[in-house]
Amino acid sequence: MAAALALAVTALAPPPAFAVRPDEILSDPKLEARARELSLHLRCLVCQNQSIDDSDAPLARDLRLLVRERLKAGDSNAQVIDFLVQRYGDFVLLKPPLKASTILLWVSPFAVLLLAGGLLLARARRRAPDDAMGGELSASEVAKLSALIDKKSP
Amino acid sequence: MIVEIGHYALVLAFALALIQSTLPVWGSLANDRGLMSIAPSVAVAKFLLVAVSYAALTWAYLESDFSVSNVYENSHSLKPLVYKISGVWGNHEGSMLLWILILVLFSALVALFSRNMPQDLVASVLAVQAWISAAFILFVLLTSNPFERIPSPPAEGRDLNPILQDPGLAIHPPLLYIGYVGYSITFSFAAAALINGRLDALWARYMRPWSLLAWIFLTLGIAMGSYWAYYTLGWGGFWFWDPVENASLMPWLAGTALLHTASVMEKRDALKIWTVFLAIAAFSLSLLGTFLVRSGVLTSVHSFASDPQRGVFILAILVFFIGGSLALFAWRAQTLTQGGIFAPVSREGALVLNNLLLATACATVFVGTLYPLALEGLTGAKISVGPPFFNYTFVPLFVPIFLAMPLGQLLAWKRGDLLGAAQRLTLVAALGFVAALAFYGMQGGPALSAAMAGLAIFLIKGSFVEVAGRIFVKGASPRAMLSRAIGLPRTAWGTAIAHAGVGLCLLGLAATGWGVEKIVAMKPGDRASVGPYEVTLERVSPRAGPNFRETVGFMTVREGGRVVARLEPSRRDFTARTMVTSQAGILTLWLGQFQAVIAEDKDGGIDTRLYWKPLVTLIWLGAVVMALGGALAMTERRLRFGIARQSRRRNEQAADETEAKQGNAAPAGARVQS
Repeated sequence: MAAALALAVTALAPPPAFAVRPDEILSDPKLEARARELSLHLRCLVCQNQSIDDSDAPLARDLRLLVRERLKAGDSNAQVIDFLVQRYGDFVLLKPPLKASTILLWVSPFAVLLLAGGLLLARARRRAPDDAMGGELSASEVAKLSALIDKKSP
Repeated sequence: MIVEIGHYALVLAFALALIQSTLPVWGSLANDRGLMSIAPSVAVAKFLLVAVSYAALTWAYLESDFSVSNVYENSHSLKPLVYKISGVWGNHEGSMLLWILILVLFSALVALFSRNMPQDLVASVLAVQAWISAAFILFVLLTSNPFERIPSPPAEGRDLNPILQDPGLAIHPPLLYIGYVGYSITFSFAAAALINGRLDALWARYMRPWSLLAWIFLTLGIAMGSYWAYYTLGWGGFWFWDPVENASLMPWLAGTALLHTASVMEKRDALKIWTVFLAIAAFSLSLLGTFLVRSGVLTSVHSFASDPQRGVFILAILVFFIGGSLALFAWRAQTLTQGGIFAPVSREGALVLNNLLLATACATVFVGTLYPLALEGLTGAKISVGPPFFNYTFVPLFVPIFLAMPLGQLLAWKRGDLLGAAQRLTLVAALGFVAALAFYGMQGGPALSAAMAGLAIFLIKGSFVEVAGRIFVKGASPRAMLSRAIGLPRTAWGTAIAHAGVGLCLLGLAATGWGVEKIVAMKPGDRASVGPYEVTLERVSPRAGPNFRETVGFMTVREGGRVVARLEPSRRDFTARTMVTSQAGILTLWLGQFQAVIAEDKDGGIDTRLYWKPLVTLIWLGAVVMALGGALAMTERRLRFGIARQSRRRNEQAADETEAKQGNAAPAGARVQS
């Protein structure tokens, strides 16, 4: 969306999108499906946050062909990914790997949920709604109430 | 000359902003009515000056005055009129001026529509607004001046980036900015409440329509941007988890949470501190988005460091407003009393759950967007956080939200009956389950799509269970039910419709799994079948546009031999910028869309991408329905901006009349003092 607008601002116009070309497609539909799935998880290194499946940049095309070559050579998905990470580093992965430097990234959504949820639960329990809403009246409250009733009905 | 008048008007507006940001606060602290009363008129005058300034820049674009650097960089004499007008905000300087125009427009609206509010609240709100506008006007004047002249003007401009020469540019940024900037009002309300130390249900009632207004426009702006990306970028995607998109999603999530807590606060005087915090957060996240987009920090941490002037200025604004408001919050929040007690299982409790999940979702987007920047800044290591990350973290958070939405609507305030609410939903849940099976039977896999579509049906139907329960009563005549339906509060209808909009949106998202894509090289005369349709490429020929030349692929779409439509996807070559864009041929069939995109012509034929996407339009129509629900809620009598003022005027008129009858005419200016 605003991607286009932002690009205008940074004066980095995206190339007209035409990612996967007919001549790249593998004849084996199973391999091709694996290639497309892998491509969605690989970043076009020269683009702004685009996967190589979406990008029209020449580099993305090279990477797509590379992925297909490795698959044809019989690599497993994990082997293809490892090969690319070795060449380009973690930057190429759109799903960052779980390691020391990314542990905060992966843990924080769950931590926020658990912490905030735990706090809310603890508070709800501490507040013991029965006391506040409809529990027995305390002695002083009963006294106050009867005083009020007496005042109303002289 | 006109351009200089525009520049001068902006400088004057800055001066007025300084006045508006100081005197009214002083007045409210010293309880000086005279000082407080200047705020509304200054706000209106400031709006007029910025409007003059903005009109001057637009005039320069219309006249193609290339002696103005901004016009030269972004316009062309042959550019169509609509892009001359919308091109004003198709660049950094102009879009910042639009941002300011909307900001001061909101100030003026507060000034005009809040006469029934306590005067010190109006004065403080407008003062905080003025701080924001002063900061941004100064930013434009010092670092991003759109009125700068070129000593020796060129004869022709460099044209607007072709990607932006699209109706999307005319609609998307204004909507989005109204949403972003709309949250400056709720922010100002929060800051004013903290400054004045007064926070009650009445405050929530004043603030609520503004938060609704901002939310409606932000919803539409995001949806419009998503649709624009979908048809312009032409590979069928509509959301990319791009940092720029995330920048608009974060305030939306916080704003949605705010919308819901504000209703709790207004009705039950509970969740006050959290509401104030969300009001601050929504605008802070809008500012953060502005910083991310405008400073260039996204392209690379290094490009930001190499030309830091603008980035550092916005960062300073960011730190001042976010830091300042949070400090104010930390200082004063303790003095605000918590009212309104409720049991965990209650409408309030359900809304707390909604807020917990929305806030977590917002935090997830926040971390996912900023983590790579922080990591690179701190250690130099580069990582990418893309769609797969958000699919694992963000998306699961929304499943419980969708499940709980109809349930929450059915719980009573203070203390609800969970079992009773669940019982009322059994039928709808069964319907959703059957729908999931039916979708799976009809469309086949992926199973996730069918499950999500079933959930969507549950959500759409479930949204109306509460309203239906209030309308259909055993033994009531149809007439009585109709009058009950009309008599229901508009907020009840608004909630039901907006929630159903979420369901529609989910249905559209689920249906993406059933999309069909075909990538082929086609020669004239070739046929290709995609989903239920067959496409023939008739011919490929060049065509000339106003400021571009294009290659058009003429296609015919048939269904079962019958011609459904003709499509003309093209590739446009913009001469002034030597840039090529792709124009997709799109055909909307009921709720689905057929899309054709062509690439360059080669001897093997023209590379063609064809899509059939069933129900895809629901993604955006759902958002429009959500906005409609919001708009309906805004018409609620209780929430209308001017309502108290009108009834007061009526009372006064009546009073005037009676007094006149008694031969004791009241002075006409009596109201001025109040």
